[in-house]
Amino acid sequence: MRKASALNIAALGAGIAFLYLPIVILVVYSFNASRLVAVWGGWSTRWYAELAGDAPLLQAAFISLRIALVSASAATVLGTLAAVALVRFGRFRGRLLFAAMIYAPLVMPEVITGLSMLLLFVAVSIDRGFWTVVIAHTTMAMCFVAVIVQSRLVDFDTSLEEAAMDLGASPFKTFVAVTLPLILPAMAASFMLAFALSLDDLVIASFTTGPGAMTLPIRIYSEVRLGVSPEMNAVCSIMVLVVGTAVIAASLLTKLGTARGSAARP
Amino acid sequence: MKLGRGNSFWRKLAIWVPYAWLVAFFLVPFLIVLKISLSQTAIAQPPYTPVFDFAAGWRGLRDFLAGLSLDNYAFLGSDPLYVLSYMKSLEIAAFSTLLLLVVGYPIAYAITRTPRRLQAVLVLLVVLPFWTSFLIRIYAWMNILQHDGPLNRLLLLLHIVREPPAWLSTDTAVYIGIVYSYLPFMVLPLYATLEKLDEQLFEAAADLGCPRWKTFWLVTVPLSAPGVLAGALLCFIPIVGEFVIPDLLGGSKTSMIGQTVWTEFFANKDWPTAAAVAVVLVCLLVTPIVALQYQAMRGAERS
Repeated sequence: MRKASALNIAALGAGIAFLYLPIVILVVYSFNASRLVAVWGGWSTRWYAELAGDAPLLQAAFISLRIALVSASAATVLGTLAAVALVRFGRFRGRLLFAAMIYAPLVMPEVITGLSMLLLFVAVSIDRGFWTVVIAHTTMAMCFVAVIVQSRLVDFDTSLEEAAMDLGASPFKTFVAVTLPLILPAMAASFMLAFALSLDDLVIASFTTGPGAMTLPIRIYSEVRLGVSPEMNAVCSIMVLVVGTAVIAASLLTKLGTARGSAARP
Repeated sequence: MKLGRGNSFWRKLAIWVPYAWLVAFFLVPFLIVLKISLSQTAIAQPPYTPVFDFAAGWRGLRDFLAGLSLDNYAFLGSDPLYVLSYMKSLEIAAFSTLLLLVVGYPIAYAITRTPRRLQAVLVLLVVLPFWTSFLIRIYAWMNILQHDGPLNRLLLLLHIVREPPAWLSTDTAVYIGIVYSYLPFMVLPLYATLEKLDEQLFEAAADLGCPRWKTFWLVTVPLSAPGVLAGALLCFIPIVGEFVIPDLLGGSKTSMIGQTVWTEFFANKDWPTAAAVAVVLVCLLVTPIVALQYQAMRGAERS
């Protein structure tokens, strides 16, 4: 029987506190009535009200949301195809390079990904803006999608697909009728993660964006460099709420998928 | 039988669409960085000469090769700014990976000691902050670490310090920010390894009279080596190229290499130097990246 000692519980408690306390403090400060962030002036929602009137900030948020939506959709499709190719197609020419290109962007420092993307866009003289950020985010996120969907694909029993094909279904029909429903929760989860990644990215977007496509993180970064401010506390609290909700929903979906996947096993 | 049996249209589509995308937007850009790092500043600055003139054919290729130079790399080696920047990045990455291991291991181990149902919740709790913006989490620490912020107030209240110390713009702040941001990357692989260890091994050790701490040291720790390696690589590689954390929490004395690329690019507009700095960074990271990939692919194939 597993047993947690007092030392284990202390480590867990300290770890969770370390992870969450800064975010809690941030949210509490966002309700501080005082303009001086460090001086407590009572509870107030005035900074949230001021955000509503900050047109450039709202515009940046809108651009970020659109970029996240488009790039997460593209990344989910491309990443799923990549995962299916890696797991189900056996050996094909260039598979090793393919796999390497899936894993490398996951750990590549962002400044390098951003720089190389920008130099590509300059080399083929594409004007930078909305679409260049979308391409960059899609490339980064599709690798995350591929890894998540891949782990789901290796998890479930191929006998289901074999049965469908023995009964005369074409590989395409088998994919649509058998494989796709089983990996759908993983795809939904990775879509949300791709969405969150895009919404959060500062470095790659800074390199690949152009005039007229300032994203929310770029806007926040330019303000935050100057120091702490109550408006930024409020913006950040809202983002924590939005992303937190998306991720909890994503993990619930994955769990649902896992439960259904194991139920489908013989 | 495989899904993609035969050379059907769909099989080709599923392979070549993502493949072509990655070649076009990951591999080719990297080759362009390589090329620009080898070209002279005057030529490669915007407005910018084409990377390779296909129309010129063989002569174009010869001119292209003749135009390459190692000047930028020689420049990097000659200026202590860059060398110090690399050293600083490696030093901060190595030390913070060690810190992460010290902080992350007890947490990962403690999770495996709790009942199964609770484990899933705890893992989610550890991962959750990772998905809230990097930028916001660092900003949260700017709040805490500022001169009259909560940390200094607490320290004054408890009479631990007389004068509030300056936290921001120090290496300590950078380490705090890194450990905070990368903790999930360390805890998850450690947990994944520790959780798979056979419970009977511990029972056997206990039956043979081995004290718990000794079992931990002689059985648990050596068996968790793959998780330690994966976690360390997963943290070390991106930390070396980290930009946001040193930029917002660190001082201006020595910058990490990610900041150097950023400055060369955005402030100095010296693209060839920025490209050369990036190429050297990738060369430094190539061994850990290949090690990590090898492990990840082996893990994927085994399961």
